[in-house]
Amino acid sequence: MKTLFDKIWDAHVVTEVKDGPTQLYIDRHLVHEVTSPQAFAGLRARGLKVFRPEQTTLTADHNIPTMHQDQPIRDEVSRFQVDTLAKNAQDFGLTYYGLNNPKNGIVHVIGPENGYSQPGMTIVCGDSHTSTHGAFGAIAFGIGTSEVEMVLASQCILQTRPKTMRINFEGKLADGVGAKDMALYMISQLTTGGATGYFVEYSGEAVRNLSMEGRMTLCNLSIEMGARGGLVAPDETTFAYLKGREYAPKGDRWEQAIAYWKTLKTDEGAKFDKEVTIDATKIKPMITYGTNPGMGMPIDGSIPELESVDTAGKITFEKALNYMGFKPGEKLLGKPIDYVFLGSCTNGRIEDFRVFANYVRGKKKADNVTAWLVPGSWQVRKQIEAEGLDKILEEAGFELRQPGCSACLAMNDDKIPAGKYAVSTSNRNFEGRQGPGSRTILAGPLVAAAAAVNGKISLP
Amino acid sequence: MQKFQTITSTYVPLPIENVDTDQIIPARFLKATTREGFGNNLFADWRYDKEGNPKPDFVLNNPTYSGEILVAGKNFGSGSSREHAAWAIAGYGFKVVVSSFFADIFRNNALNNGVLPVVVSSNFLNSLFDSVQKNPKATVTVDLEAQTIRNNETGEQESFEINAYKKECLLKGLDDIDFLLSNKDKIEAYEKKRPFVY
Ligand code: SF4
Repeated sequence: MKTLFDKIWDAHVVTEVKDGPTQLYIDRHLVHEVTSPQAFAGLRARGLKVFRPEQTTLTADHNIPTMHQDQPIRDEVSRFQVDTLAKNAQDFGLTYYGLNNPKNGIVHVIGPENGYSQPGMTIVCGDSHTSTHGAFGAIAFGIGTSEVEMVLASQCILQTRPKTMRINFEGKLADGVGAKDMALYMISQLTTGGATGYFVEYSGEAVRNLSMEGRMTLCNLSIEMGARGGLVAPDETTFAYLKGREYAPKGDRWEQAIAYWKTLKTDEGAKFDKEVTIDATKIKPMITYGTNPGMGMPIDGSIPELESVDTAGKITFEKALNYMGFKPGEKLLGKPIDYVFLGSCTNGRIEDFRVFANYVRGKKKADNVTAWLVPGSWQVRKQIEAEGLDKILEEAGFELRQPGCSACLAMNDDKIPAGKYAVSTSNRNFEGRQGPGSRTILAGPLVAAAAAVNGKISLP
Repeated sequence: MQKFQTITSTYVPLPIENVDTDQIIPARFLKATTREGFGNNLFADWRYDKEGNPKPDFVLNNPTYSGEILVAGKNFGSGSSREHAAWAIAGYGFKVVVSSFFADIFRNNALNNGVLPVVVSSNFLNSLFDSVQKNPKATVTVDLEAQTIRNNETGEQESFEINAYKKECLLKGLDDIDFLLSNKDKIEAYEKKRPFVY
């Protein structure tokens, strides 16, 4: 009896190193401009080629502007990193979705939408949110630069086997509650280190009912509670999403694939190192009040009182509230905000834009709010236009930008100014993450839409 | 990677505790696109003044001390996971770092870059600092095969721990990539029996 994780892991073991780690075979390798230059330089120094170029895909996303992408990148360092990636793609004969390529977008958005990420695979990228691809029932995790070089050189990686955890979301979600709320609730319960050393399988009715976009949002945030990654067993929702996408198997191979994918589930009675059950019916729309994703609460809740925080955590807690300009016990409902960011590999997919557009339809953006709406990829943007959502957004006073990581980590020009409050659908509310001094309140797309229209934190 | 042979060398003392990765290589050097050149910026903020001139009081700028071994205070390499810290140590030419405690990620990154972190007792560490103070030409011998380290001034010797796989890699001059490539036949054999070829 095996867990889904065990089945996929065991199917990828090339060899076990004596007194050492496991040599694991990697099916798909995604590469972006920031964590790859030294890895390619390493290959050159050794005179090596990329071992399996057809299993490697490159995209530029972290450093790129979200306006005027047809013009050269103004920031020199960013431009050089992107140019280096393009040159590496050319020198090593790799598929590269550069700026203005219709398939360009955030690495964790384009993998799935091109059908590149599939059930049963091992998928890596030099980026911690690679856990996103686990939504397809794959073992997907982030790696460091030396490991990027390892995978380029050998299509393998050396890893010690993580422990397994199952998080079971029982029951149905209430209306207006989505995957982001599930994730923020879960992290607030388990804390940011609660799953360190584990690989998580998400199960239960509320997970089964999620769309692929929702499952990606949930798996994306696995890393924010310390997990190596998270996955969801593939089912009809997964198959329907994949069918017909560019890299998905076709014809007979599709049938063959489905037959195999159907075996990818945890056997009844299989043992996990840890099991957690969450009552999904109790989850409300969530926001964060602090400077790590574990500091979350229901939107109508109050920040904990100082007395309720344990001694060890008091200093962090006070420092976080001080940074955010909030007080213990304070309610945030009705609090004015300055910026709204809809986007990132957490919530930059078509479904997130549907939710946002549907809420703002016929309403108007608040005057005090600057809103950055950044699709996760060009395909997401095209879909937004095809569904006429861009018109709805425009009528409500919003402007759609060009794809990229944008304000999620503010490596480009999209920086939230110091001291300003941003309701953000991204994944990290660390100090300075969205720009020096920026104050991030994480939330799902619906809460973000309500904030953008009302100019303050409000019930959707 | 070069084979790691028994090293007898003079050493550079850095008797400071909790040297974190920001000190080893400051964040502003992370925008580089190559792995080379980090050695020049190792301990940059301690080593150079604002104009970029060497500060004479920092040990790396003191010609009295030299060698392939860095001996540092407790908890060396804490902080961020940046691999650049190990690149800087290796790039400068250190083959061994001795301390009484290393941060986990730094230790792994060092091993991945051919630098041997040797954990010694705090008494042994103090005797190394004493010896080099009395005689800057004092030497240390590190024998990886036997897993021992010896203070040649005092004759004191200790054994140290290392993961068997990593030891073999260093002795054979293989890093993880060399190791993986030496397994190419296994990789190709695996590819033939992949459960489902995507
Ligand atoms: S959107 Fe944010 S979290 Fe996702 S890959 Fe880009 S920078 Fe990383």
